[in-house]
Amino acid sequence: MTVLCFGLSHQTADVALRERFAIAEHELGEAAHRLGSFDGIGEAVIVSTCNRVEFYAAADEPERGLAALRQFVSERAAADAGAFSSFYKIDGAQSVRHLFRVVCGLESMVLGETEILGQVKKAYSIAVEHGSTARHLNKLFQRAFNVAKEVRTKTNITRGSVSVGSVAVDLAERIFGRLNTCKVMILGAGETSEQTARALLSRGAKSILVSNRSYDRAAALAAEMGGAAIHFDHWDKNFDEIDILVSSTAAPHAIVTRDKLAPVMQARRDRPLFIIDLAVPRDVEAAANKLEGVYLYDIDSLRTLSEQSLAIRRQDLAICEKMIDRHVAEFSEWLGRLGSEAVEARDLPIGARVSQS
Amino acid sequence: MDRVLLVASTFCFLLGFAYTMFAFGAGRYRPSRFNFGVISLGFAFQTAFLFMRGHEIGSCPLTNLFEVFIFLSWSMVLLYLLIGTAYRLSLLGAFTSPLVFIFQTFALIAPIDTPMHARVMHSAWLELHAAISIIAYGAFALAGVAGVMFLVQERQLKTHQLRSFFFHLPPIHDLSVAINRLLLTGFALLTIGLLAGFAVRIDWVKVSWGIGVWLIYGAILQAEKWKRVSPRRVAQLAVAAFTITLSTLWGLNFISAPNHL
Repeated sequence: MTVLCFGLSHQTADVALRERFAIAEHELGEAAHRLGSFDGIGEAVIVSTCNRVEFYAAADEPERGLAALRQFVSERAAADAGAFSSFYKIDGAQSVRHLFRVVCGLESMVLGETEILGQVKKAYSIAVEHGSTARHLNKLFQRAFNVAKEVRTKTNITRGSVSVGSVAVDLAERIFGRLNTCKVMILGAGETSEQTARALLSRGAKSILVSNRSYDRAAALAAEMGGAAIHFDHWDKNFDEIDILVSSTAAPHAIVTRDKLAPVMQARRDRPLFIIDLAVPRDVEAAANKLEGVYLYDIDSLRTLSEQSLAIRRQDLAICEKMIDRHVAEFSEWLGRLGSEAVEARDLPIGARVSQS
Repeated sequence: MDRVLLVASTFCFLLGFAYTMFAFGAGRYRPSRFNFGVISLGFAFQTAFLFMRGHEIGSCPLTNLFEVFIFLSWSMVLLYLLIGTAYRLSLLGAFTSPLVFIFQTFALIAPIDTPMHARVMHSAWLELHAAISIIAYGAFALAGVAGVMFLVQERQLKTHQLRSFFFHLPPIHDLSVAINRLLLTGFALLTIGLLAGFAVRIDWVKVSWGIGVWLIYGAILQAEKWKRVSPRRVAQLAVAAFTITLSTLWGLNFISAPNHL
């Protein structure tokens, strides 16, 4: 028995092609069950995310199994030869390694991202529910989840954040702990500031105030996020009640200066203020960071941190590969042992087989 | 036998310290069962040592500077085990291990374990005074440790230089809350300790020193309560106050002996 992987990903196909072969979550179970019933396929799991569509199968003969996978995909999406050129067809230890790399986030668009692990777990549990897995794929996927856990715990591959929004959220959590008591103010409703504010809200930020030169735009955004809009002329009057300021106005000069902040910070000595300045030119005077309790990050410092995180992750790539190699070798050994046992059992006289079982 | 227990305990804290240094150096520190395990084992050895020593001298083992250092170390670890886990401050143990290791190594090497049978405490009030006061200093020591953690984390946030352990240090808000609670705990215990000290024949140098320490920590807590100081300043004061307290403890031991009231 060997493990096969047939699929495409963001590395081999554009989004239009991936969309064509994607399988909705509610169809995954039935599709895996049907694939498992194809001649030449013993077990099947289908992983379908926005970045990859992959068909994992356990088959006695690789050629027959791959032909069955191709036929299955062809039937579902009416694929032609051109479309198949974007598919990868791997078997044996290579397919095992591929799955382990996928669950560890090493094949992801953002190196080390962890969402894929949850997606693969979901795909596997759906396949189990629909009875399309057995001994081989059960062992393979359980081992893959163990590999992912080990890699996450023992290396820095998931360390830090690699987008501006998530870096800002991480920093906010290192300052305030839980964000459920934090009030956020958006100053200037730009796209990045909106995304950052949404990320903060998704991590539990208590409330949001929006101020923009166009009050209508502020009101619309505030309504969308369940916050309140304030007039741009009065934004600094609400300064005392906020904990996080996300600023991205188009002002040609700094609108938040050290002199403006100093009396505010004097009055709120026990409460820090986290300022995320996404504007270019900057909205907040750099000297404001020297004030006690002010933590100021501009777009460059956030980008530098996200690049540092990515560099840290890349540094650990070799360690992850070593861990994966070890697990691939162990799994292949187990698969080989299982194969030998099956051959031995098959070669035994019928009487002996019965007595063994 | 009791010294063997103490050496074993010190070795446990050395292991905890070495593990932390190695993990930080390699850039992959994780609060681990190993670290918690060696600290717990070290605590068990400390407890056994103090029990045996107390049994041997027939009173609370706080009769000389050697025992004071060990009792102080024990108090710090006890408070860490009680508070560190409750406030998700697992890294506090990593910072506590080196301090306990230094205290115990100093106690083992320095010639301070002199028999003081003449001064063995026979009064329950005196024992209560000494034990509660030392536990209070343990709380102040731990507040100092949390203060160091706060200052390290705060500096990283201010300078944007995030080291690998940045994500393992607790948020500065949580550290600030922990410092405040440890200072309050220490202050409350020291108040009880001083009151118990007044109930017996007292050494006026030690009591004056105790009142001085009580006033310093009282002032820090008041300033914090009235929002006169920032969390960073409170962290600095917690470190400074404990450093002063510890550095005066040595001299105090020598000048206090002939000054019983």
